[in-house]
Amino acid sequence: MRTALFVTCLNDGLFPRSGQATVKLLRRLGVEVEFPPAQSCCGQMHWNTGYRAETARLAAHFVKVFGEYDAVVVPSASCGGMPGEAYERAAETVGDAGLARAVRELAPRVHELTGFLTDVLDVEDVGAYFPHRVTYHPTCHSLRAAPVGARPYRLLRAVAGIEFIELPAQEECCGFGGTFSVKNPAVSGAMNADKARHVLETGASVLAAVDNSCLMNIGGRLAKDGHTVRTMHLAEILARTRADGPVLDLPHSTRELTR
Amino acid sequence: MSRTFVGWPAFPQAAAVATRDAQLRANVARATGTIRAKRAKLVAERPDWEELRDSAAALKDDVLTHLDTYLLQVEEKVTAAGGTVHWARDAAEANRIVTDLVRATGEREIVKVKSMLTEEIGLDNALAAAGIDARETDLAAAIVQLGDDLPSHVVVPALHRNRAEIRDIFVREMGRHGRPAPEGLSDDPPQLAEAARLHMREKFLKAKVAVSGANFLVAETGTAVVVESEGNGRMCLTLADTLITLVGLEKVVPTWRDLEVFLQLLARNATGERMAPYTTTWTGTTPGDGPQTFHLVLVDNGRTRALADEVGRQALRCIRCGACMNICPVYERTGGQSYGSVYPGPIGAILNPLLKGLDDPQTASLPYASSLCGACNDVCPVRIRFTDVLLELRHQVAEGDAKVKHPGEKAALRAVGAVMEHPAAWNAAIRAAGKAGPLIPKKKLPKPLSGWTDSRIVPGIPKESFRAWWERTDGGTE
Repeated sequence: MRTALFVTCLNDGLFPRSGQATVKLLRRLGVEVEFPPAQSCCGQMHWNTGYRAETARLAAHFVKVFGEYDAVVVPSASCGGMPGEAYERAAETVGDAGLARAVRELAPRVHELTGFLTDVLDVEDVGAYFPHRVTYHPTCHSLRAAPVGARPYRLLRAVAGIEFIELPAQEECCGFGGTFSVKNPAVSGAMNADKARHVLETGASVLAAVDNSCLMNIGGRLAKDGHTVRTMHLAEILARTRADGPVLDLPHSTRELTR
Repeated sequence: MSRTFVGWPAFPQAAAVATRDAQLRANVARATGTIRAKRAKLVAERPDWEELRDSAAALKDDVLTHLDTYLLQVEEKVTAAGGTVHWARDAAEANRIVTDLVRATGEREIVKVKSMLTEEIGLDNALAAAGIDARETDLAAAIVQLGDDLPSHVVVPALHRNRAEIRDIFVREMGRHGRPAPEGLSDDPPQLAEAARLHMREKFLKAKVAVSGANFLVAETGTAVVVESEGNGRMCLTLADTLITLVGLEKVVPTWRDLEVFLQLLARNATGERMAPYTTTWTGTTPGDGPQTFHLVLVDNGRTRALADEVGRQALRCIRCGACMNICPVYERTGGQSYGSVYPGPIGAILNPLLKGLDDPQTASLPYASSLCGACNDVCPVRIRFTDVLLELRHQVAEGDAKVKHPGEKAALRAVGAVMEHPAAWNAAIRAAGKAGPLIPKKKLPKPLSGWTDSRIVPGIPKESFRAWWERTDGGTE
């Protein structure tokens, strides 16, 4: 099975560690991914802001880059959802029937990372070790638009040493919403403030999610207020093993200490 | 003349003011939180909830597809049952029809059953201009009217007010419009309800003319249906001599069996009740029983415009339960008035542009008043896919024939897209970003991105991108 990594533009430029963790994790599970260097962006920002012609161009680019692969793994629920949710409609808007056909054919082979782990590789315990207190924010896309359901929780609970705390009001949006955060900064900021407060209530030292965009939003707020809670893509937690040991500058989970 | 939303600022400006109002935020959060919990509990009681939603959506789509047939059936049945049917293209025409009908009775004070449509068309002000005082009898609508306020919710229009504020409005205003509030009125809810009851009762017993909306119109018999919680509707609909009912074109259901589906959904989803306390139905007039004159005004006011929108027409399935606003994280922080319309929240963000077009900056700001979180999709009893419609409306602004345009944004996104399509250019851009990283201000971005740094810092851009790492380490194997 030829498997490609679509790292996403955000992870490529701003969160390379999440991409590296994905590669390391998949390699440990026996999957060698390729990284087609011509890849760029899924076009979500264009799509969500109403620019369908632009989305169609990026969809065509996506098909050109990934069309030949048996599987495409994406460490993001929102970017990973784009081929299935948006590309066909974007292709229809510009009247490109060939592109619509191509994306219809490709979309089922594009997998968000946790779905790829649990459904394609059929694993829950990925052999990870993370002796820290972690809470998890289910991003709106992973919760409602392209639902991954309980998969991230099952993966997290199987991590050795982890102390997992449920996030209060977890199903509520963090307020990111792409261009929403700059078009409506006051509301976005108010939503984010409540999300950050809930994160602090858990006492967790790490906030995990499957979308770095939302983590960038919540983390940006936590950092601005001077809090030390770290945001980490779920892949970065799943990639660590006992050989890596604990993360040095993070407090240990109480569960690990009492063992 | 009471206040209107005319000249209201665009959503981002109105919302910026509202989010700073701590009292408003607390009132709205408390109210929506309470209704959300009640709804969740009652919806969970129904194992067939999802099937009910499927049926409701399918029924409404059938009605919208054959609207011409059903509306003519309504006209025929209502006329045969002794009522008179009027057709109004827009708000002005509807207001003129109602004003003329009330004038013909010679009455100067009339009573109203809460109706979204009459708020949409501004009927109270139109009547006031003709010297007719139309008094709201629904408790929340009366609070809004007495306080010269604007509604903020389709079911609970005074949801943004707490009981202390309501007490003050009653004490200050009731005496100017009829029976004053009792001496020493406190903010205890039963006392407030009793004050309202005494104030209203005088009006019910005096009024010769009542104006209502309707939740549904049953086509097979020409029956109008009003669903309410307080009994004020029942009083108006039965005690007046003349009843004038205004209904949006989309409110038809084909048969009584179809009505059953909606009555099971509406109260549970709207107020978290198994059934609404009062469901009143009437068919034309009945000699010696109830109003002896009945006028039905069928109002378009943009509905055929919405119907022509292939994606947007699903908004006309709406039964005004308000669940989308109760669940909406944006609404919870801005309150309803920020949407500049009697239809706030997710339904307002799609319905207003569909009814009016995207030709003024306020209306055109509404499709962007959402983080696209999709919570509204999950609670809608008629399965409106709000996020699909929001995206469609944004597309109409970005690339369609809406008059409001964002040329700067379009140029910027085209430029970014052009780079993303070309591997060499994109590769160079990612590398340049790593180099430029230290130069980017972390705490204060320039416009139009400055909103980001109002409440967040910018993440640091790592020196080495993922692609540079991949190339340097041969995919992490070196």
